[in-house]
Amino acid sequence: MSWLNRIRRGPSQSARARAAAVPEGLWRKCPGCATPLYRPELEKNQDVCPKCGHHLRIGARRRLDLFLDPEGREELFADVEPRDRLRFKDQRKYKDRLLEAQRKTGEKDALVAMRGRLCGLPVVVTAFEFEFLGGSMGYAVGEKFARAASLCREERIPLVNFSASGGARMQEALISLMQMAKTAAHVERLQAAGVPYVSVLTDPTFGGVSASLAMLGDLILAEPGARAGFAGPNIIEQTIRQKLPEGFQRAEFLLEHGAIDGIVDRRQMRQVIARLLAKLTGAPPLAEAT
Amino acid sequence: MNPNYLDFEQPIAELEAKIEQLKRVGNDQQLDIAEEVARLEEKCRKLIRKIYADLSPWQVVQVARHPLRPHASDYLQRVFEEFDELHGDRQFGDDPAIVAGLARLDGRPVAVIGEEKGRGIQERLRRNFGMPRPEGYRKARRILALAERFRLPVLTLIDTPGAYPGMDAEERGISEAIAGNLALMSRLKTPIICTVIGEGSSGGALAIGVGDRVNMLQYATYFVISPEGCANIIWKTVEKAPEAARAMGVTSEVLAELGIVDETIPEPLGGAHRDPAAMAETLKARLVAQVEELVAIPLDELLERRFARLSSYGN
Repeated sequence: MSWLNRIRRGPSQSARARAAAVPEGLWRKCPGCATPLYRPELEKNQDVCPKCGHHLRIGARRRLDLFLDPEGREELFADVEPRDRLRFKDQRKYKDRLLEAQRKTGEKDALVAMRGRLCGLPVVVTAFEFEFLGGSMGYAVGEKFARAASLCREERIPLVNFSASGGARMQEALISLMQMAKTAAHVERLQAAGVPYVSVLTDPTFGGVSASLAMLGDLILAEPGARAGFAGPNIIEQTIRQKLPEGFQRAEFLLEHGAIDGIVDRRQMRQVIARLLAKLTGAPPLAEAT
Repeated sequence: MNPNYLDFEQPIAELEAKIEQLKRVGNDQQLDIAEEVARLEEKCRKLIRKIYADLSPWQVVQVARHPLRPHASDYLQRVFEEFDELHGDRQFGDDPAIVAGLARLDGRPVAVIGEEKGRGIQERLRRNFGMPRPEGYRKARRILALAERFRLPVLTLIDTPGAYPGMDAEERGISEAIAGNLALMSRLKTPIICTVIGEGSSGGALAIGVGDRVNMLQYATYFVISPEGCANIIWKTVEKAPEAARAMGVTSEVLAELGIVDETIPEPLGGAHRDPAAMAETLKARLVAQVEELVAIPLDELLERRFARLSSYGN
């Protein structure tokens, strides 16, 4: 997975040459500074490079595992499955692409939902699986997020979402576009009920996901270096016919332009969000989160 | 090749040119050519009917983008009375890609928000080809809030190649501008009727497209990504746009089947561009009737229905 991501991001020639020399498995090269990292060490550090602080992409399950308290986790709405209402077919059938993505990731679709505790506080957390068709949002993602938000409203439990998505899922055409309206409507209801919703942007968050549930948090946080925006950098470069400046659409850029509340290191994410949620819900200070 | 006709409309262009020529000759030489003209005109109608009876999805996309197709500004003049344009988002600027204001619909005060592509080079540039920036969507948001405060039904006219994919749009938070409108429209305490009049492209269209009724003109198109964009991603060439258009189901026919579009509003023979006045008349009649229906529904129920509808997409 990580190896693929490195390829997609197009590391430098020298980095690529060095990558070839690193045995796959025990060692992994940092996509940020190209330092070879000892995998068990890296994992202990929550997949953040101990040398340069680069936040490596992680999957939905790992994300939930790092974020929630170990006890009392329960997966939600695992029965929600993707649908192919249009019987979409290009060179391959959408149905086959889905089966392949399911085999590759072990997930039914690109969003995993779980309830559990965060430093003792009850929360519902949803996390995007970018390896599942680029974390794209179709019916199943929209539906699962909507159900999670409904549950949170009914039981007055805060909702936290970690986004990682290329946007709407093309193969579900307008049904996927309408998931933007659906998820936005559910966030709006949740907020009207006074239940907090925290949105965390992780690398990358674009298109229809960015322009709906991800940018609607009561609080919007981002991991360091995460890229997020509406139009992808390639599209913008084609439109304006010039190169984008370094750091465009990264978390630091978003913070500077007032789009997000803060940048939070993955290793502090639990504590920061727990503290914020405790204040929003009127809970006393949390021993674990100070 | 006549640039005001699409490639599959060229036979119509030729026949119409012939009729024009015949009329001119007849006038000059005071010949009685009425019968011949009538015969050719009937032939022309048949030809149009034949061509338009069997448009492919890709051809529908082309009609939706037809150079002579009526735009939001045309309908503002023809469908509504007393349109007073309102400007600006009160934060950054005024975006000419979105036209908004107060008007009357058959006498009833309403708020109108439309995406405007512009006509002619100068005007198209000024309107950014109908690609709104964040300030456009935030102007729309301001008009929505105004409509809610004064209980005015909202009518939106969708026609855009998409939200503007530029650096400035990103800097000013285009994602938030769109997302915020979706959230607001999902619970706005006044009826909203959305009509795709031309091209409804992606989030930039949906940002003024959430409401109690979603209409499409017969040859309008609505998609999550343009057929060219889709073809580029999947087939690596825009040449495959016709296939992409078919695969995505971009016409009102397919979208009505999926339960996304409520009503298809029929266009005059050969498309809205052949008779903008007749198109406006049909559209007006439908909008007037829909507003009547919606204002009669108690607000709580209207909002419940809207939410249930949004929740059901894809079920």
